[in-house]
Amino acid sequence: MKALRNYLDKIKPNFEEGGKLSMLRSVFEGVETFLFVSNETSKSGVHIHDSIDAKRTMTAVIIALVPALLFGMYNTGYQHYLAIGETPGFWMTFVYGLLAVLPIIAVSYIVGLGIEFTVAQWKKEEIQEGFLVSGILIPLIVPVDTPLWMIAVATAFAVIFAKEVFGGTGYNIFNVALVTRAFLFFAYPSAMSGDKVFVRTADTFGIGAGTTVDGLSGATPLGQINVAANDMIGSFQAVDILGHPLNTLDLFIGLIPGSIGETSAAAILIGAVILLFAGVASWKTMFSVFAGGIFTAAIFNLIGTTVAMSISPPDHLLLGGFAFGAVFMATDPVTSARTETGKYIFGFLIGVMAIVIRTLNPGYPEGMMLAILLMNIFAPLIDYYVVESNIKRRLKRAIAK
Amino acid sequence: MGLSNKNKEILIGPLSKNNPVIIQMLGICSALAVTSKLEPSIVMAVSVTAVVAFANVIISLLRNTIPARIRIIVQLVVVAALVTIVSEVLKAFAFDVNKQLSVFVGLIITNCILMGRLEAFALGNGPWESFLDGLGNGLGYGIILVVIGFFRELLGSGILLGFQVIPDVFYQWGYVNNGLMILPPMALIVVAVIIWVHRSGNKNLQEN
Repeated sequence: MKALRNYLDKIKPNFEEGGKLSMLRSVFEGVETFLFVSNETSKSGVHIHDSIDAKRTMTAVIIALVPALLFGMYNTGYQHYLAIGETPGFWMTFVYGLLAVLPIIAVSYIVGLGIEFTVAQWKKEEIQEGFLVSGILIPLIVPVDTPLWMIAVATAFAVIFAKEVFGGTGYNIFNVALVTRAFLFFAYPSAMSGDKVFVRTADTFGIGAGTTVDGLSGATPLGQINVAANDMIGSFQAVDILGHPLNTLDLFIGLIPGSIGETSAAAILIGAVILLFAGVASWKTMFSVFAGGIFTAAIFNLIGTTVAMSISPPDHLLLGGFAFGAVFMATDPVTSARTETGKYIFGFLIGVMAIVIRTLNPGYPEGMMLAILLMNIFAPLIDYYVVESNIKRRLKRAIAK
Repeated sequence: MGLSNKNKEILIGPLSKNNPVIIQMLGICSALAVTSKLEPSIVMAVSVTAVVAFANVIISLLRNTIPARIRIIVQLVVVAALVTIVSEVLKAFAFDVNKQLSVFVGLIITNCILMGRLEAFALGNGPWESFLDGLGNGLGYGIILVVIGFFRELLGSGILLGFQVIPDVFYQWGYVNNGLMILPPMALIVVAVIIWVHRSGNKNLQEN
């Protein structure tokens, strides 16, 4: 550590104003504050001193994402070898998934950070750390077979139009990772839905070549529900890619086809515990998203006569991106509601909208992405009315005295 | 040409620094609605240019005889008559495009640029200046429409005016047309990018 500090101090003059590498100033500054807590202190006003800054917060989120990421890699390999009818053992399965997922992570970070660094240098600002999390979220919410160039285009679009034009990290209205997914979803629908994209059947870097078994169907459970949506209750059973029935425990563990990081509620639960323990995410938002989902699903259960309406509340929470969205997307401190009461309203409406879209819209098997993006728009409005009502209540109290 | 400097300014101004779409933010709705392909964009641009130029001339000729209290109604009658003529011409000679444009030909009547120019210019200026003003504003609107239509059709469908532009070999390499480009939200973003590029090139348009 000491040697690293000394080295940084030695090369630092090169990057300062007038140094020969001053064009990379913001990059150096970014790396330095990433490695060491900044030793700059505020010069005016009263400040509470805390070692937590944006970079440390982001790091906590990334640590919380690791279980979902590792599980997603394993699941990618698992689904692949299931599809070609081989059982190569744990490590082989994991390595296949690792090799399949790593290029997506690399593309997402290179494109996103490239744009961030360029903009920071161009506007003579410090590099903002928001993309550290977005860059790892993006690979986790796309199907494994999404072409890399599409991810590059979508990431560039999201970083420029959802973030930089609004002023960079902390000013964005929409969750950047979700905008990336929404762009992919609407621009390249054939690569983002259907039963071909969620399970990779081809080999990855020469590993795992083989022919697929007969009767394979790569449809996700939500995709299957969407197909059977208007059938009568009782005629539907979610199955894995080989046609074996899935029960609620299978959905919880998550060895099912789906976007890379979203399938396992168990891994996401570990992440949620880390986030809450670190105090980074709000339990109010998380809790109320689930509450909204259970509430809406229960109502549909009561009134429903079709398959789509009859999915039980626990299954709804475990399926697709619901848990992932609730834990990692809805709690994004920038785009969610800021007031404490507002967080309940914001989260609850996300849960409601996600299930409503899933159940009633035949075009979209999954509703979590659209629900969160929609509520991102309303977050400032919710905050505004929460603050207004607070002011009114206190005003009344003051007048009453 | 022999245009005086003032007339030149009337004609050229709306093309860039006083553009009705990207500076005055008028006529946005039709700019979003008809631009998913280049051909309807061009037809729409020509139609609006014709209507606004001739409506300007007619209103300018009538300007001293129109009672101020009913001027909006008179303007609407003139515009509606011209739009009907344009609509009939399109039906006769460009039926397919007319079908693509559907209600938006009729909705030229409600295009804010038209009422804006009639109110702001034709009621106070002579027919020749009004004609130039209408022509300039129609072309200013048209340029934006054509640019939006160009990018949306190129990136969204890979063709321009019905001819394939992006070679087959790209598709074999895995290129896929961007479906979002055909949807209206992308038109809004393309307009935003045009405004962005336009402002970054014009110092006096930038706000502090």
